[in-house]
Amino acid sequence: MTDWSGYIGLILQGALVTVELTVMGSALAVVMAFLAGLGRVSRFMAVRALATTYIEFFRGTSIFVQLFWVYFVLPFAGVTLSPLQAGVLALGLNVGAYGAEVVRGAVKAIGREQREACIALNLTRGQAMRYVILPQALPLMLPTFCNNAIELLKGTAVVSLISLTDMTFQAQVVRAQTGSTLIPFATILVLYFLMALAISYAMRWLERRMTRGLDGVRT
Amino acid sequence: MAAPIIRIDNIVKRYGPLTVLDGLSMEVLPGEKLALIGPSGSGKTTILRILMTLETISDGHIEVDGDQLYHMPKNGSLVAADDRHLHRMREKIGMVFQHFNLFPHKCVLDNVTLAPMLTKGVARAAAEKRAMELLDMVGLADKAKSMPAQLSGGQKQRVAIARALALSPKIMLFDEVTSALDPELVEEVLNVMRKLAAETDMTMLLVTHEMGFAHDFADRILFFDRGKIVEEGKPDEIFRNPRQERTQAFLRKIIAAGHRV
Ligand SMILES: Nc1ncnc2c1ncn2[C@@H]1O[C@H](COP(=O)(O)OP(=O)(O)O)[C@@H](O)[C@H]1O
Ligand SMILES: [Mg+2]
Repeated sequence: MTDWSGYIGLILQGALVTVELTVMGSALAVVMAFLAGLGRVSRFMAVRALATTYIEFFRGTSIFVQLFWVYFVLPFAGVTLSPLQAGVLALGLNVGAYGAEVVRGAVKAIGREQREACIALNLTRGQAMRYVILPQALPLMLPTFCNNAIELLKGTAVVSLISLTDMTFQAQVVRAQTGSTLIPFATILVLYFLMALAISYAMRWLERRMTRGLDGVRT
Repeated sequence: MAAPIIRIDNIVKRYGPLTVLDGLSMEVLPGEKLALIGPSGSGKTTILRILMTLETISDGHIEVDGDQLYHMPKNGSLVAADDRHLHRMREKIGMVFQHFNLFPHKCVLDNVTLAPMLTKGVARAAAEKRAMELLDMVGLADKAKSMPAQLSGGQKQRVAIARALALSPKIMLFDEVTSALDPELVEEVLNVMRKLAAETDMTMLLVTHEMGFAHDFADRILFFDRGKIVEEGKPDEIFRNPRQERTQAFLRKIIAAGHRV
């Protein structure tokens, strides 16, 4: 008879790593999404080109390859990262590239009329973005951001390849040690699902807060 | 006679092969109330948008309040205006749009206070005090905390007027401000404009299809057709005695369509 409590504890430790990766990866992804998304609508050609290159590159190559580069190739350039840092960096940059298109789309969706009102009221471009465009664009981004965050959560499993002890990694350890496949993998299935659910609820709560009194905006 | 506050000199506006304004010149005196009328597509909106710097010009010069609008002097010659110059010029001009363009995520009061606080550094308390005066003037003081989505079209447009006035521009541009409204809401907006015309010495340019209103409101009527001013004069001259064939035809059509003159 196997004593499961120790093994479940192992998986829960892995769950913590997965949560950590998801939270930090998402934070980086949001930053990158806004940098690159706003860069895409910049009036400076060089900024637009830089943003486009970043987006196309990270959407056009797989997270798997990106992770290997960050972890195994960057050291040759003198940058050595811990597995956790490498995981956060790869996931954040990858998902941020998708998020950038969401930011750009939402900003573009706030139409010409709002921009022109800003010009007529003599706001600077930065003021218009900060006080008028982004507050309206944000609620438009949230549903897709929610999907992206869940994608990122699911993507975290890839870091077990660089021997980071996330939830999937620990499940494999438990499987190897106990010979049971069902219990560890059923456990992480439920845990991944609960985490995704938590993200969904958090996003929906945010969305409700942001759109309060805003009916008629999301056309 | 005072020097013109707006001097438009031979401007051309093209969209690709389409010439929308074709060597247009006009002058506006300080405090003057102008109504721009004419068939749709004749360039009335375009000239207001150019004055608001929402469009560029293909050729010509515009002087507003003594300064070039799209150019600035540099080393003895005129060069294209930079952002700083444009911001300085935009301070003098306000615009009210056909579709109000209120900020839907801000309450009525915040719609009115946002620009003065951001562009003129007015403190919130002072901005709100002034905003309440303006909202009172347009009859909406009780709606200060409402969101735009909760207002009728006529109320939205009156908020938009208050919002533009909050920056105290010398020149106000109104582009068909009642044509997106249900007929029964038109009058409440026109009344605000009448009050404005009577109580302020702001220069006002108004594009409208409300000929009766144009007649009462304006010191001078400009009749636009195909990117040119075909005829201009005092309201009585234009409406009772149009000299140009095209003005006559336009007014006949408007009257036939049931508009009061
Ligand atoms: N952004 C644009 N691109 C191309 N053509 C335009 C644009 N804006 C306006 N036009 C054209 O310019 C002409 C004048 O338009 P406008 O000034 O809106 O006329 P009005 O306000 O007198 O009805 C019209 O033929 C219109 O189709
Ligand atoms: Mg028009």
